[in-house]
Amino acid sequence: MRDARGDIRQLPGLRLWLSGGWLLLLVLAAIFAPMLSPHDPLEQDLFAARLPPFWEQGADPAYLLGTDSLGRDLLSRMLYGARLALTVALVAGTLTCLVGATLGLIAGYYRGWADLVISRLVDIWMAFPPVLFAILLIAVLGTGLTSIIIAIVVIDWTRFSRVVRAEAMSQGAMDYVASAQVAGRSRLGIALAEILPNVLPTIVALLTLEMGIAVIVEAILSFVNLSISTDEPTWGGMIAEGRTSIYQAWWVLVFPLFALFLTVLSFSQLGEGLKEYFDPVLR
Amino acid sequence: MSDLIYQLKDLKVSFPDLSQKPLLGAAPRTQVLKGLTFDVAKGDVLGIVGGSGSGKSTLGRTMIRLLEPDSGSVLFEGSEIAHMNEDDLRPLRKKFQMIFQDPMSSLNPRRQVGGIIAGPMRLQGFDNLSARVNEALEMVGLPKTFTNRYPHELSGGQRQRVGIARAIALRPDFILADEIVSGLDVSSQAQVLNLLEQLVRDLGLTLAFVSHDLSVIRRLCSRILVLHQGEIVENALTANLFSNPQADYTRTLLDAIPLPDPNQVWE
Repeated sequence: MRDARGDIRQLPGLRLWLSGGWLLLLVLAAIFAPMLSPHDPLEQDLFAARLPPFWEQGADPAYLLGTDSLGRDLLSRMLYGARLALTVALVAGTLTCLVGATLGLIAGYYRGWADLVISRLVDIWMAFPPVLFAILLIAVLGTGLTSIIIAIVVIDWTRFSRVVRAEAMSQGAMDYVASAQVAGRSRLGIALAEILPNVLPTIVALLTLEMGIAVIVEAILSFVNLSISTDEPTWGGMIAEGRTSIYQAWWVLVFPLFALFLTVLSFSQLGEGLKEYFDPVLR
Repeated sequence: MSDLIYQLKDLKVSFPDLSQKPLLGAAPRTQVLKGLTFDVAKGDVLGIVGGSGSGKSTLGRTMIRLLEPDSGSVLFEGSEIAHMNEDDLRPLRKKFQMIFQDPMSSLNPRRQVGGIIAGPMRLQGFDNLSARVNEALEMVGLPKTFTNRYPHELSGGQRQRVGIARAIALRPDFILADEIVSGLDVSSQAQVLNLLEQLVRDLGLTLAFVSHDLSVIRRLCSRILVLHQGEIVENALTANLFSNPQADYTRTLLDAIPLPDPNQVWE
């Protein structure tokens, strides 16, 4: 009996390529931002304020995507903004995953009082409104990159531990776990060598999703001006600025928003693609 | 006596009945095994038979210490394992192995067949793994090329052979086979049973074969233990049990075997 899931093939590589391509582009942009940027992202030129992007009437070819109300180059600001977005996505996403998945694995496989404590904690945690919780945390911790990352980890670990716990529980009931015990594997050995590999595709999918969410949270915090210093170019900050001049200069809002949208979408699609890639049945 | 591999005495196992659990306090316990006493001799092929809920799988899993009994004693080759902790059990585990009912769920879907068979041997400190894996595959009649197949690429019968190969690769003294053919179609059932029969002969295995199907048990086993609601109702040699069943419950089970000719009797 073959597993019928293996016969369903839906554009195998395409979503991996597209999402991976955009993210690679973004990584390169972030690394080489100082070389790629045509202007200093902080340089203001009030005589060149609200210049439209290159294809519109009255555009200045020196400012490819136009300028904001202070005459700062949008393209340069977006390139520098990608640095913060990606740093937050990678660091906060990974840390959240480590904390949440570890607790979820412990709760789901070891059960007993560990599960009781962790699950109640998750329930309590999830009752807090996340955005308010983040704002509160930043207010206590002070603004800055580290605070943003801490806030994201503290708020979002529950997402991982819930899903991983459920997965680990269903995997733990499988006979291959009993069979590993018959073979003499220790509890820890079973959790790491038998259950973890089977939960890994789910963790990878969640991790990339979480990276997308981290980008959004960072943008939200920037939007309410609680991210890092106001001067530093961030996508959320740019969107917040663009909002005030949406009728005069739509591009200030739309370009960073589009970059944000593509990035979050790419992260989630990358996760789905990787999940398929890692699953021996689906491959 | 040295020719006994298992000596069980007054074995009691209970599970908490969570459906009856009061809001506060512990759930009442349901007695699953109500004091079983029997021996298994080396080289025996013991059939454990009983209806669903009779405790036959629980008995098997207690014998290989996947479950811990409430009370009673389980002597395996003279050593008491009833309440032994997992660390002390580990070196003993290579001596008693298990073949599971559902071969899909008992094989880790992320491992290739070679890794599945080699895993327990690696844990138990065997050397020369790849040669041993090939030998085990050969004994269960699977080609060596199967070492890098994944379980989902195999048929049900092939998967169960991998499960058997994993158990016999360790050269255990005792194997528990828990309803191992009930998930297979009739022709795979016959093949797996033939294989097991042959392995019992060739390797001199001591086997406990848990099943609800007396016709399967009759073919394979030398001795039969009939369980009913957690108690032994009959413990007899196969030939005696079929020709001269002592307990009413055994007679009911025998009558339930479908026969091609309704007037035929077992002899």
